[in-house]
Amino acid sequence: MNSFTPDRRSLLKAGGGLLAVAATMSAEELLGYARAWAQASPWKPEAGAKVNLLRWKRFVESEDVAFMKIVDAFQKATGVTITVSNESYDDIQPKASVAAQTGQGLDMVWGLYSLPFLFPNKCTDMSDVADYLGKKGGGWSKTGEAYGKLNGKWIGVPVAATGALVNYRIGAMEKAGHKEFPKDLAGFADLVKGMNKNGTPAGMALGHASGDANGWLHWALWAHGGNLIDANNKVVINSPETAKALEYVKGLYDNFIPGTASWNDSSNNKAFLAGQLHLTVNGISIYVAAKKDNPQIAQDMNHAHLPLGLDGKARELNLGFPILVFNFTKFPQACKAFTAFMMDPEQLNPWVEAAQGYLSPFLVGFTKNPIWTADPKNTPFRDVGETSLTPAGLGQMSENAAAAIADFVVVDMFANYCTGREDVKTAMASAERSAKRIFR
Amino acid sequence: MTTLQTTTSAPAGRIENPSLWSRLKFNRNFMAFWFMLPAGAFLILFLAYPLGLGVWMSFTDERIGRAGMFVGLENYEWLWDDAIFWLSVFNTILYTVVASTIKFAIGLYLALLLNRNMPFKALIRSIVLIPFIVPTVLSAIAFWWIYDSQFSIISWSLTKLGLISHNIDFLGDPNWARASVIFANIWRGVPFVAITLLAGLQTVSPSLYEAATLDGATNWQRFRYITYPLLTPIIAVVMTFSVLFTFTDFQLIWALTRGGPVNATHLMATLSYQRGILSGRLGEGAAISTAMIPFLVAAIGISWFGMQRRKWQQGSSND
Repeated sequence: MNSFTPDRRSLLKAGGGLLAVAATMSAEELLGYARAWAQASPWKPEAGAKVNLLRWKRFVESEDVAFMKIVDAFQKATGVTITVSNESYDDIQPKASVAAQTGQGLDMVWGLYSLPFLFPNKCTDMSDVADYLGKKGGGWSKTGEAYGKLNGKWIGVPVAATGALVNYRIGAMEKAGHKEFPKDLAGFADLVKGMNKNGTPAGMALGHASGDANGWLHWALWAHGGNLIDANNKVVINSPETAKALEYVKGLYDNFIPGTASWNDSSNNKAFLAGQLHLTVNGISIYVAAKKDNPQIAQDMNHAHLPLGLDGKARELNLGFPILVFNFTKFPQACKAFTAFMMDPEQLNPWVEAAQGYLSPFLVGFTKNPIWTADPKNTPFRDVGETSLTPAGLGQMSENAAAAIADFVVVDMFANYCTGREDVKTAMASAERSAKRIFR
Repeated sequence: MTTLQTTTSAPAGRIENPSLWSRLKFNRNFMAFWFMLPAGAFLILFLAYPLGLGVWMSFTDERIGRAGMFVGLENYEWLWDDAIFWLSVFNTILYTVVASTIKFAIGLYLALLLNRNMPFKALIRSIVLIPFIVPTVLSAIAFWWIYDSQFSIISWSLTKLGLISHNIDFLGDPNWARASVIFANIWRGVPFVAITLLAGLQTVSPSLYEAATLDGATNWQRFRYITYPLLTPIIAVVMTFSVLFTFTDFQLIWALTRGGPVNATHLMATLSYQRGILSGRLGEGAAISTAMIPFLVAAIGISWFGMQRRKWQQGSSND
């Protein structure tokens, strides 16, 4: 707490003001720009097009406001009607699946992780849009390509990712004897242990939380050299490396705040903001909420990348947000035009700023956006689009890998061992069996 | 006499020889068929067809957005040695048996209480119905807050009273989680049982009780030998429905735990949804749903044949 000088505080304020200016400027000019853009765009929306778009429910309010502003400008400039509906993280996929199965209801879905890979033959080929955006946005990161492409064809456009990074309270970390956030696995375990001893515990979700639990548990698995599948999509989860990861996570879990096995995606946000939780893995949404309602927590918290793996390499699973267009839509050109417009730098830059670090684009050019450096606490989220792997890890993103993460194979394996329901061997064997059922 | 006979046989002959159509026109069964057709079509279209489709799907490898191929029993073979599937079967049976039994006991007790004469009878009866009226998801969200690992009102009160030193892990510990979801289900299900049994109780003629009282029967004897036998048909119907609803429960579990922690509260219905819709393996999800059918048929069979047959016709064999 003492490390925060007035200097930094004024810097923060200045940063905030700058962003506010950028946001208001775009409001008036946006429509004019949108008209000009629509004239020059290679995709001409069908006359009278009506598009139903489903997206995940915001965690950061200003992000949603900025998104709706883009929608509005696009509607006015092109005459296309876009109906946006919102659903929570967990409800996006079932709704999208039902639409894919029945062939009606939705035209576009902005979802999580590997959504397009669950039903690739229901997705419109978006290669032309992706190439256009790649050229404009400084190129796609490797992860971006892995998230969007199946067999050389873009089945979805990865808009951005939200980092699953460490959120920690500075005071609690220092009290546990760490001046800096640890960069290795042993140091991290020691920190979690020390924090628990001081009564300022850490906690990460081990329940069926699509975003939170999958993110850090895949990191733990990969950091120890374990993998669900190898590069040839063969199941290799039953391995000594996985056993090491299980032991490591059990060591962390024993020092967690009680109840993490029941947590969903919002549990850690609530507990952290209530001052009961002092370290967790999450997007930047806790910080954004704290800045608004809980300034003393915002001041005392910071973010860090998860520690490097045993081999010194960084491997994280961050939460990708791909947008897809169903191939049964009557208005493919309108959908494509909207995707291209939405991710055009003129729109995406203010939007990324409004998201305050919640959206880290997979387009390399956007790492230059001032949001990442305006507040040093945002900086760790800048490179998320580049450091992240897909849920397939070493393997190729596919229908099967998408099914494995939706069925919580890895999460259940860790939870089974940590809660003492199964021993190491049984937990690995069950996961292996579940994975083989999927990758058969 | 002969003229009389011929005059009667002539019209009779005319009736014997009409066309098929005019014979059908007056056939009661034929007419009945047409009267039942709308209802029958409705049942076939909306009940039998989806059920049949689900069973067929369980023999294919259909995925979301892609038609399946017939794979025979492959889905069932994978389920047969799938520990999570058997855990969900165990959970479902535990959930159904415990929740239904307690719901019946509390429901019957409440019905007996409500059947007495008391002030504000109508008001109290409608209050009892509240848990049943509230949408499941709403009540589940309320319970979710009550059971929250950090902000539970129960843990908070007990801590303030100095009875416990740290929060109860309601939904994080497998046994606590099972107890918690069963409790929530009971809370929701009791009004249905209570109100239906109350309706049954009110059909029992008061003169039977008067006669029994005159014969010197105790409270218990009146319940055992008058109320219970006369209520059995209603009990059979109520319990059949109660068991079916509990066995196929989905919303409550999904909103509270999503089957967690470590699948300790996964019911067959929630597992079927997770595999079928979330992972996109419709065939496998359908196989899990289809596996529920034998259990449901058995549950119906028990209440139908076990309870109803003996007591339904009270006149014939009264034991």
